Amino acid sequence: MYDAPNSERDVEVKDIKITAQGVQVYYGDTHAIKDVSVDIEDKTVTAFIGPSGCGKSTFLRCLNRMNDTIDIARVEGNILLDGEDIYDKRVDPVQLRAKVGMVFQKPNPFPKSIYDNVAYGPRIHGMAKNKADLDEIVERALKRGAIWNEVKDRLHAPGTGLSGGQQQRLCIARAVATEPEVLLMDEPCSALDPIATAQVEELIDELRRDYSVVIVTHSMQQAARVSQKTAFFHLGNLVEFGVTDKIFTNPTDPRTEAYITGRIG
Amino acid sequence: MPTLWLVLIVVALGGIGFVLGRGRALASAGGDNRKLHSLPSYYGSNVAMKTIMPAMGVLVLWLIVQPFFVDATVSKLLPDAAQSEDTTLGLVMSDVRRVADGLDFAVAEGLLSPDEAQALDASSDNVRETLGAAGVALGSDVSAEVLNAAQRYRVLSATGRLFMSALVLVAALGGCAWGVKNSHMDYRARNVVEAGIEALLVTAASLAILTTFGIVLSLIFNTIEFFQRYPASEFFFSLVWSPSFGGGSELGLLPLLWGTLYISVIALLVAVPIGLFAAIYLSEYAGPKVRGVAKPLLEVLAGIPTIVYGLFALLTVGPLLMSVFGREGLGWMQAGTAVMTAGLVMGIMLIPFVSSLSDDIINAVPQAMRDGSYGLGATQSETIRQVVLPAALPGIVGAILLAASRAIGETMIVVLGAGAAARLSMNPFDAMTTVTAKIVSQLTGDADFSSPEALVAFALGMSLFVITLGLNVFALYIVRKYREQYE
Repeated sequence: MYDAPNSERDVEVKDIKITAQGVQVYYGDTHAIKDVSVDIEDKTVTAFIGPSGCGKSTFLRCLNRMNDTIDIARVEGNILLDGEDIYDKRVDPVQLRAKVGMVFQKPNPFPKSIYDNVAYGPRIHGMAKNKADLDEIVERALKRGAIWNEVKDRLHAPGTGLSGGQQQRLCIARAVATEPEVLLMDEPCSALDPIATAQVEELIDELRRDYSVVIVTHSMQQAARVSQKTAFFHLGNLVEFGVTDKIFTNPTDPRTEAYITGRIG
Repeated sequence: MPTLWLVLIVVALGGIGFVLGRGRALASAGGDNRKLHSLPSYYGSNVAMKTIMPAMGVLVLWLIVQPFFVDATVSKLLPDAAQSEDTTLGLVMSDVRRVADGLDFAVAEGLLSPDEAQALDASSDNVRETLGAAGVALGSDVSAEVLNAAQRYRVLSATGRLFMSALVLVAALGGCAWGVKNSHMDYRARNVVEAGIEALLVTAASLAILTTFGIVLSLIFNTIEFFQRYPASEFFFSLVWSPSFGGGSELGLLPLLWGTLYISVIALLVAVPIGLFAAIYLSEYAGPKVRGVAKPLLEVLAGIPTIVYGLFALLTVGPLLMSVFGREGLGWMQAGTAVMTAGLVMGIMLIPFVSSLSDDIINAVPQAMRDGSYGLGATQSETIRQVVLPAALPGIVGAILLAASRAIGETMIVVLGAGAAARLSMNPFDAMTTVTAKIVSQLTGDADFSSPEALVAFALGMSLFVITLGLNVFALYIVRKYREQYE
């Protein structure tokens, strides 16, 4: 039923990168995330699926404390990155976000050149010793973002002049340039056409070699294609979490089955 | 018939037409709303519109054209002899109008009967005394020609007004009848009313634009007249401004322009950093509560009349600067009125302009930009400096240029704060003056309006207009050019 290019999925247990325990999120009076516990493995693509408004994006934004920028959001529970609580007072959210990069739903290149877009992160974190070093970082990031060949001749053209799919790959390259350990993707393909989507999905599969990738998606086919682990959210609850193949072929919870067969959502 | 009555009658006819049209349309549908093409009130509005709009158009046109027509006819009656050497036709005509108005007034007060007013004779009756008794003072005795012309003027005006009343009423009644006749269930009254509303809006827009043209034209004619009496090269390149109404003045633009630009630059140096930083704080850092209080408070500054700022400059800032830079202090400043005083106060005046516009522009930068930057581990100020401000820059530049044209056109603060001496000096603590302040001083007092000393005001105004227009066009160009890129 689902085309699964990664059918020879390696299901052996890997290191746990992020552990979430009993996470609750409130927006003002609204209880958006209810007691979610999940373990995200290293060098694995984890997909969050679920109907609109089920809290999957909210939970994703907890993982790099992007909810801090929303005044009324309140997060409870523990989220550990490599065993350290990221909501600890000693943790600097700015440093954390350099380690846990993020790609957004709509491509959001800065109004700068392609080069400056990618060099933005390395520059603010002082990652390059000199210009040549920075050039190399930018080239490597663009190559990892699978966009180098398309833009290598116009690195100083504005990033906003690229097509939607190119912009999104540029944003992925920009996130990769700061050498994060985890890459969070919030519906990265929802604004893209099928061809651009296929390119980004291929890219996600390659990124798995170096990073732990967490992707929120509305498309169940996409979750089945790119992920090894899938978490199904419904009304703020984590309903089911497990190996992607199992979730899609033999879900344990009736709500999961109802969702993937299209009866709720 | 007085014009006000005429207007009221036309409006009343419109009201009657509304009721008639509405009733007739409903009757044609047998009282069933649903069979009508439009809602019943549209049929009423259609008739009211057709009654009022053409009648008002006729009224306005007639009121504009009639004085020209009467003036032209009456001035032909005046023999050339009536114009002595030191007067012009225009002056005689204004005498004629004054006498005619006086006669009107005397008739209205009951001092003269209408027939007596027309029968007055300059040789036998003392017109000046008669009118004086009615409270209309005349400067000199009325000559026979002027009295004749004034009597003719009254007759023509009265006839004109009679015709006008008749024509307006005919137009109103005709429009009303036409509208009522059309009020049938199939008539598309809704579409007609829509067209009528569009016509109304177009009229309003073109009035605003035509007024601008009128202002520019009057400036241009007077400027041309000035340059016929005073060499343009002297005006643009002379370094001295010393008008003397006895003649032999030097009217150089440059000292005034220098003062204007110097004061504006100081004002912008104050307003741009403070306004911009305030805008950044309000839009990026302040919580909703602080913002809710601080933003209106800041905008109160924009509502203060500039004359109050002028008083602030004169009474507070000037003495304050004197105590530091004056004779007791550093000794750079001779008096409280100086470029620095006016510049500082004008800068304070411009803060809300810069901050309010910039705040809107910064808020318009999409949240996705900020998220993208935070998601890469940037701090708030890094995000603002490297992402938000570059994205908002064209708008901010536009805001600054608008503030600059405001500064260049400012008058009252300069009059009170910068002194009146036109001089070319680098010292910001010297008194200087600006183009606008000199326009005021050249046109106040009893200057002869045909002398270059008075006409120079129009040339100054024109130069100022060209400069601010250029700045505004440049601001718009910048905003447009860069806006496309960032969306």
